[in-house]
Amino acid sequence: MSQISAQNVSMSYEKKLVLEGISFEVDQGDYLCIVGENGSGKTTLLRGILGLMPLKSGAIRFGDGVRNNQIGYLPQQTLVQKDFPASVFEVVLSGCLNRIGLMPFYSSREKRKAQQNLELLGIGNLKLKSYKELSGGQQQRVLLARALCATEKIVLLDEPASGLDPIITNEFYQIIRSLNQAGVTIIMISHDVKLAVEYANKILHIGTMSEFFGATEEYLKSEAGRRFLEGGSSGA
Amino acid sequence: MIDLIGELLSYSFILRALTVGMLVALCSALLGVSLVLKRYSMIGDGLSHVGFGALSVAMALNLAPLQISVPVVVAAAFLLLRISENSRIKGDAAIALISSSAIAIGVIVTSLTSGMNADVYNFLFGSILAMNRGDVVLSMMLSILVLLLFFFFYHKIFAVTFDENFAKATGIKVDIYNMMIALLTAVTIVVGMRIMGALLISSLIIFPALSSMRLFRSFRGVIISSAVLSMICFFWGITASYAFDTPAGASIVIVNLLAFGTCSAIGLIPQREKE
Repeated sequence: MSQISAQNVSMSYEKKLVLEGISFEVDQGDYLCIVGENGSGKTTLLRGILGLMPLKSGAIRFGDGVRNNQIGYLPQQTLVQKDFPASVFEVVLSGCLNRIGLMPFYSSREKRKAQQNLELLGIGNLKLKSYKELSGGQQQRVLLARALCATEKIVLLDEPASGLDPIITNEFYQIIRSLNQAGVTIIMISHDVKLAVEYANKILHIGTMSEFFGATEEYLKSEAGRRFLEGGSSGA
Repeated sequence: MIDLIGELLSYSFILRALTVGMLVALCSALLGVSLVLKRYSMIGDGLSHVGFGALSVAMALNLAPLQISVPVVVAAAFLLLRISENSRIKGDAAIALISSSAIAIGVIVTSLTSGMNADVYNFLFGSILAMNRGDVVLSMMLSILVLLLFFFFYHKIFAVTFDENFAKATGIKVDIYNMMIALLTAVTIVVGMRIMGALLISSLIIFPALSSMRLFRSFRGVIISSAVLSMICFFWGITASYAFDTPAGASIVIVNLLAFGTCSAIGLIPQREKE
C-alpha cells in the first residue's frame, strides 16, 4: 500500500480553482519532485497533503503506517522567523510536539531524539546558537532536523533551496539524497527542474498547460518534460 | 530610597494599584512576547481603544464598567484576530479603522451624557485611584490563569508562535491557541487600562518583549526576562510617579522606555566583540 495516494484532487485558493484532477502515489523510499510554473499550485497542493487547506474534491489517503500528523514538513521561511529569538535546540525540539500529545513538557526521550537529528545533519555544534544568527544553509538544516523529529518516514520540502547559494544548495541536496537512501520518503517542490530530474525517481508536473505524473525517465521523454526542460535552459 | 518605598506601601490605594498592576504587567509581558513575534502588536493597541469606547458607554449608561467592557473587548479581539489572519483585508488598516471609530463613539457618548470630565481623562491616561477590591480579585484570577496557561502550554505556544504551518501540520490546534491568547490579551488590557489608560496600556505588552529581545537569544530567556523586567519597570514607574508627582501610566511608560534604551545599549556590546 502506498504511503500517500491522491485521487483526482481539486483545490481552490481564494475562490479560484488552481488544481484540478491531480492524482499521484508515493511509496516508501520514493523521491518525488513536484515541478511546475510559478502560480501553478505547487504549494497549495503541499498544503492540501498536510491538511492545512481543504480539498475541493477528490481524496488524499495515508497508508503504510503513515499518519497525517507524522509528516516532517519543511516550509518556506516566513518573515516572523527572520528575527525570532530561539535557540537551535528549542526549534528542533519543537518538531517532537506530536510525540508528547497533551503532556506539557518533553521527556529525555524527545531531547535525545532532537540531539540525534542535530548530529545526523552535522549541526550538533550549533545547538545553543541563536536561530536568527545562522546562515541560510544552516537554518535550513535546523528546520530539516525539526522535520525529522516529527517523522521517520516522510519529509515534505517546499522550495528548500530558495535563497541559498549554489554550493550550499548542492550540499543541502546531498543531505536530502542521503536521507532518501536511508529509506526516508521525500516529496519536494522545486523550481529547478534540472536538479529535480537528477535526484528524483518520480516527477509530478502540474500546470495549466500540461500535466504529468510518473517515473523520471518517462518524464524526460514526455512532451511536458521536454518543453519544461528546454524552456528552463533558455530561460533561467 | 527605602523610606520612600515604605511610605509608598503605607497607602492602601497604592498597594492595591501595585498588586493589580504588577500582576497585569506580568501577564501582558508573557502574552506580549507571542503577540510581538507574531506581528500582532497593533492588536493590543486596537483593543485598548475599543476598551475606551466600551468603558465610556458603560459609564454613560450607569453600568458596571468591567462587566460591559470585558465582553466587548473579547469580541473585538476575535474580530481583529480574524482580520489579521485574512490576508485579503489589510490588517493594519482595519485595526486603525476600528480603534479610531471606538474612540470616536466613546467621546461622543460621553460628551452627550456627562460631558467631557475627569472620567474621560482617567480612561485615556489612567489613574491609580481606579482600583477597587473587585479589580484586585479579577486581576489575581486573570494572572493565575495566564501563568497556568504558560506553564502547561509553553512548548505549544512556542511552536505556534515560531511556525504556525508546521505546528498545524503536526496536529496542533493552532486556532485554539491563537484564540486563547487573544482572549487573555483582551482581559489583560481591560484590567490594565484602568491604571495605564487606553492610550498607554499597549506599552506594557510591547516594551518588555522588545527590550528582552535585545538581550536574549532564546525564547525561554526572552519570556523569563520580559516577565521580570515588566514587573520591575511597573514598580519603579509607580515609585517615580509618587516621588515626582507625575501621572502613573506615563511614568511607567517612561521607565519602560529607559529600560529599552539600556537593553539596546547592552545588546550592542557582545555583537561588536564578535565581529
